[in-house]
Amino acid sequence: MTIQAPPAARAGPAGTGRAGPGLAGTGALTKLAFRRDRIMLPTWVYLITVMVGTNAYTFRKLYSTAAARAQLVVSGGGNPALRFLYGQLNGSSVGALTAWRIGVWAALFCALMTIFIVIRHTRGDEEAGRLELVGSAVVGRQAALTAGLLTAVTASVAVAALLGVVLSALGLPVSGSVVFALAIGANGLAFTGIAAVAAQLASGARGARGIAFGVLGAAFMLRAIGDSAGPSGPSWLTWTSPLGWVELTRPFDGQRRWVLALPCAVLAAGVGAAYALAARRDLGAGLLPDRPGRASASGLLRGPLSLAFRLQRGVLAGWAAGVAFIFAASGAAAKGIGQLLGSSTALQREFTRLGGQTAITNAYLAALMVLAGLGAAGYATSAVLRLRAEETDGLAEPLLATAAGRIRWGLSHVAVAVFGAAVLLAVAGLAAGLGYGLRAGSAGPQAARMIGAAMAQLPASLVIAGVAVALVGLLPGACVAGAWTVLGVVVFIDLFGEALQLSHWLLDISPFTHAPRLPGGTVSAAPLLWLCLAALAFSAVGLAALRRRDIG
Amino acid sequence: MTNAIEVRALRKSFGRTRALDGLDLFVRTGEVHAFLGPNGAGKTTTIRILLGLLRNDGGEASLLGGDPWRDAVRLHARLAYVPGDVTLWPSLTGGEIIDLLARLRGAGSVIDPKRKDALIERFALDPAKKARAYSKGNRQKVALIAALASDAELLLFDEPTAGLDPLMEAAFRDCVNSERHDGRTVLLSSHILAEAEALSDRVTIIRDGRAAETGTLAEMRHLTRTTVEAELAGPVSLDGLPGVHAVDIQGTRLHCEADHAALNDLLVRLTAAGVRSLECRPPTLEELFLRHYSAERTGPGARA
Repeated sequence: MTIQAPPAARAGPAGTGRAGPGLAGTGALTKLAFRRDRIMLPTWVYLITVMVGTNAYTFRKLYSTAAARAQLVVSGGGNPALRFLYGQLNGSSVGALTAWRIGVWAALFCALMTIFIVIRHTRGDEEAGRLELVGSAVVGRQAALTAGLLTAVTASVAVAALLGVVLSALGLPVSGSVVFALAIGANGLAFTGIAAVAAQLASGARGARGIAFGVLGAAFMLRAIGDSAGPSGPSWLTWTSPLGWVELTRPFDGQRRWVLALPCAVLAAGVGAAYALAARRDLGAGLLPDRPGRASASGLLRGPLSLAFRLQRGVLAGWAAGVAFIFAASGAAAKGIGQLLGSSTALQREFTRLGGQTAITNAYLAALMVLAGLGAAGYATSAVLRLRAEETDGLAEPLLATAAGRIRWGLSHVAVAVFGAAVLLAVAGLAAGLGYGLRAGSAGPQAARMIGAAMAQLPASLVIAGVAVALVGLLPGACVAGAWTVLGVVVFIDLFGEALQLSHWLLDISPFTHAPRLPGGTVSAAPLLWLCLAALAFSAVGLAALRRRDIG
Repeated sequence: MTNAIEVRALRKSFGRTRALDGLDLFVRTGEVHAFLGPNGAGKTTTIRILLGLLRNDGGEASLLGGDPWRDAVRLHARLAYVPGDVTLWPSLTGGEIIDLLARLRGAGSVIDPKRKDALIERFALDPAKKARAYSKGNRQKVALIAALASDAELLLFDEPTAGLDPLMEAAFRDCVNSERHDGRTVLLSSHILAEAEALSDRVTIIRDGRAAETGTLAEMRHLTRTTVEAELAGPVSLDGLPGVHAVDIQGTRLHCEADHAALNDLLVRLTAAGVRSLECRPPTLEELFLRHYSAERTGPGARA
């Protein structure tokens, strides 16, 4: 046996120049990250920009006069529930209204974007074992973290740049537009730092995302409590939240540019802490230990159905919490919605169109229920697509090699989807009913009424889930993209279809066109029955196809 | 019924790739049957068809007297399977997965807790750990324990020792040997010839989607030649020595392949010439294939 001389070690990786040994290979990894995110990253940036841009456009169009805006400032800025959702209203220009209505939420989405990016390229790759392969090449131990950070920072900067240009182009003051865009981008920077630390703490990507989302949720709550508190309450809480800093920069009225330094400081602190932690831990290890679980299965874990529930319960709980929170606040905002919209007949028309009736409070609540139905459809789609994920992850194979048949396996995740959609709608109705009822002084009756209104959307939501089942059975390779596209088209039709005056048969594509508009509208059994039958038919086709095709 | 598995002229294509091209495979009830072949030969495809996960394009397959596609659920209650690349639900612990797989096998199938605990100890598995924290070897152990602890009459193993360390490999061999005594049928796919030699009663070798050889190991001794490499003190001639093949002598360096029966005579000639260094090793499966089948294809003149 001859021993080969090792290939001559390269003096240093090309392209990293002055980088220290811990950062070797960062350039190549960053390029790889951009290549892997070439679809996702522009999509995020585009969606956030469109979200803010359409709001600015709508406010300019619907509240063109100073008088109309002044009234909105009084009724909207004075409504604690709206302050809870959107924050303090500073100023009365179109820019100020835009920043109030969408600033916190755009910042929230920007934070979500950076959390996903950072954790995907650090802990996610580490858990999947890809970093092990990469780490054995000429790559420093801090390179992957640095590449993830650079990608997230670039994305935040892109959001800020594009947003600044778009808002200026829409006619908002340039200086305000730039400060507002920077505030949103800077929030992405803050959560880049937070996600970097989270990726060091947990040993799995899910756990790391959980920590980062937890911080984001806490940031939202601190800001929301501070904003809705009023002058005598703990309004200082807004200052403790990165999401609060967006409104505290006051981009369109008495700018405080120095507030932009706060999120940058969080980024710096987070990145410093993450590097320090990364240098002290092993590859694959987290600082928070994995808790041991049960050594044997409880009696509850018996078959495909209980397994499907076990696998999906965490996600459903997360959705339920989010839905409860958003719909409670949105429901609470229903009181006084009439005054709020009083000034703008155009906006009133928007609500009465989506809500399908003229009594403005009912129209608003009914519009909320359509949104709840779309949310439930989104959840149900993701729950059904779990079937395909289990299949491609190789987890269907050991299961189907047992006496559990394909139909039973397919039905188990469909059952989770149906159950989850029903739970989410009930939670949305209950939360909206309580939120509105507690302020209107009739919590019990309102809750009961709104639960009924929400459940009326269930058949329409299940049609979307049924289409997903059919796609999983018939077109396994394209089912993920296909199912989300279907949902996207339906959302588009419901939110913009009538405003764009699409033809009737196009509107009829959406199952929600056929669902009753409750509360306030009339209910007839026939459309609900047809929706249920359609959902059943799609699911039956999908399951039949699933039984006939190759698995894996 | 004497055959637990009967496969005749089985064909399966994925797009333009032909995975199985007229495979025959017969596994007798109660035997340990090794299913040998290089990577990509069609072993996993065959097992997936036998499990009813894939549908065959042609030929016949029967498993425990039933149709693997139509009767999948009924048959699965009577078998246990260990995939080649074991993936587990990351949020469940190993112990939970072992119990779950047993329960999924059906009400008639029971898992003996004492047997399970003994296996967990034998394989040194920590059942309270979440599956995401397991290494490849530990994931393999979870699937093996779930299969071995069951009372299934047919065990299907797809490259079961990939990822196991030598100690655990030995534990696996012990377990399979005791299964044989219990009268269970085992189909063991592998690309490791030594594993098949140690465990199996009969062997089927698959190559390019067809059975290239099938029989007992004694019948296939011609496949298990020993490769001999030696550095000698002086010149040697192996002319007229039966059972010695592929002789290549470069000065005092010798390379040849010898049947088991010819080893003694070969060594006598080598020691007569004076041995400075000697290396004997069984051929790898790949070497066997290269020699045996590419020679067959390209004619006797070609040297593999």
